[in-house]
Amino acid sequence: MLLQKKNLLWVVALVIALFVPQMITNPAYRQIAVITLIFTACATSWNMFSGYSGYVALGSAAFYGTGAYTMALMANHMHVPGNGDMFWLVPLGGLAAVVVAIPVGLVALRVRRHTFVVITIAIFFVFQLSAINANFTGGTGGLTLPYVPWQIQNYHLPFYYVALVVLVFAILLSAGVRRSRFGLQLLAIRDDEDRALGLGVKVFQVKLTGFAMSAFVFGMGGALYAMMQGQIYPQFVFDPMFDITIALMAFFGGFGTLLGPIIGGLVLESAQQYLTVTYSNGSLYLILFGVLFLLVILFMPQGIVVFVRDRMAQRQDRLESATKQVSNETPVAQGVHS
Amino acid sequence: MNSSALIHAVIDGVLTGSVYALMATGLTLIFGVMDIINVAQGIFVILGAYLSYALSVHWGIDPFVGLAITIPTLFFVGIAVEKAFFGRLKGPEKTAMSILVTYAISLVIEGTLNMVFTVNYVQIQAWYVNKSFRLFGVWFPYIYVFGFIMAAIMLSGLYILLYRTRFGASIRASLADQTAAALVGIDVRRVSTICFGIGIALTAPGGMIFGATNTFNASTSYDLISRLLTIIVLGGMGSLGGALLAGILMVTLEDLVGVIWSPVWSTLSFFLVLVIVLSVRPQGLFGKQSARVA
Repeated sequence: MLLQKKNLLWVVALVIALFVPQMITNPAYRQIAVITLIFTACATSWNMFSGYSGYVALGSAAFYGTGAYTMALMANHMHVPGNGDMFWLVPLGGLAAVVVAIPVGLVALRVRRHTFVVITIAIFFVFQLSAINANFTGGTGGLTLPYVPWQIQNYHLPFYYVALVVLVFAILLSAGVRRSRFGLQLLAIRDDEDRALGLGVKVFQVKLTGFAMSAFVFGMGGALYAMMQGQIYPQFVFDPMFDITIALMAFFGGFGTLLGPIIGGLVLESAQQYLTVTYSNGSLYLILFGVLFLLVILFMPQGIVVFVRDRMAQRQDRLESATKQVSNETPVAQGVHS
Repeated sequence: MNSSALIHAVIDGVLTGSVYALMATGLTLIFGVMDIINVAQGIFVILGAYLSYALSVHWGIDPFVGLAITIPTLFFVGIAVEKAFFGRLKGPEKTAMSILVTYAISLVIEGTLNMVFTVNYVQIQAWYVNKSFRLFGVWFPYIYVFGFIMAAIMLSGLYILLYRTRFGASIRASLADQTAAALVGIDVRRVSTICFGIGIALTAPGGMIFGATNTFNASTSYDLISRLLTIIVLGGMGSLGGALLAGILMVTLEDLVGVIWSPVWSTLSFFLVLVIVLSVRPQGLFGKQSARVA
């Protein structure tokens, strides 16, 4: 019964998501919607590795950028026409990110959590600086993608639905992992890596697999973003803020929960866009964002999802104890509630 | 390229590297004692630089004299930040949360600095900035030499504090094992607070030299923090000597790459070295191989 109700909520959310572009017709807002979906997909995928295993990665922008450059380079060199055919390159961007993530993981995952955070940052800078300095990436000028001649009014519509597919894929992947034996192994690593190792979990392989899997969604997100923008620059697709934003979304919603990063992504990305639009003064925006961020971490350290769930559990407890009192007074009614 | 360029690169590297080492020491001290990765260290360096800049521009106070004001100021800022935010951080995700908290703090400081000082690049000026003297046929910029001497004095002071005082012993005990330190009666909470203050206070002299040798604005902090983090990981997180050596080594290497190949690749080499070293020695150059990390 409860499970069905839960599934019903997902279906309702999906139906609403399908009709969002019909409700907002302004191309600027539609673009925000697409970017929100891409970021939410990335946050979900980030959480699938970092949230479940406890290994906080702050360099996933390397995979996002890899996806974006794969899209740009392949579209240009294979002379893909500027139309819907380019969408087929999106999963290829994801694959390229996985291929890149495996050697990165081989190096970065040799260390424990605290050092892992810093190594991922360092590896990210290796990617960013290479993209800026290498020849085939076009340097700081970036790369131009084939022009997609869609009407400006409905330009973002196809991107919206492809981004939605990517997001649904990321959610299904994350949910599937969480329910699988593999997901249990990741969670065991988060709780106590040495004990997991002692119990026979092949921790290194498990971590590497999770890390590479999460890169797939980052690559797809980057590829989609590149195609939509039509032009990429190394400092924007390899953006150090990207990872902080993604991590914040996951923590804001609920680190290690399935629902958390989805809620965090949808709420934060739109809030961020709203603040940017309202306070064109960048400094004030930084201060407001920082303060908001601090308040959330300090008062809801486990994120919205856990916070709300705890409150609901408390209410449930209170209700139950109240019912118990009532049923103690009238023992006849006991059977009705159980 | 000639040998004199190489010698200059090494000398400049060692002199400026010592200042980076000073800033990185604060960062690694905070991590070692508190398990906190303070990504706000970069913006605190810039805050220190701006304080020295403001003192010299508005009151004509020499940056080195101004340290008598900026070091205590940043020490108390550090204490206040620690008291306000880090007492609440607990649990298995403490380190990850600390990154987010300190990042949020750095955003607030960055926004405030942008408002007060605008985003225009500035540089601290004094008679010894941009002047050099010649010794044994090599040119030494005054500011680098003064910075090196100051860093040496500060680091010696820190050494005396850590190894010759009772309080230093409790810091070292907390660095080695917090639980054991608490069991033998050390007030780890108080030690943590003061260490955070010291770690932040060290950014004042570091920031002053940085601000006199570079033009800066608030967003320069991103470049700084990525370097400082690389240095402390390479030295072994929580290892003070490691941070010192790695700071000097990395900056020297960066200067050498800049001279031998091209400045374009020098920053990349910085991060690449970290990746290569860690794939051979995951615990860093001087890190303890932790037997068990919960």
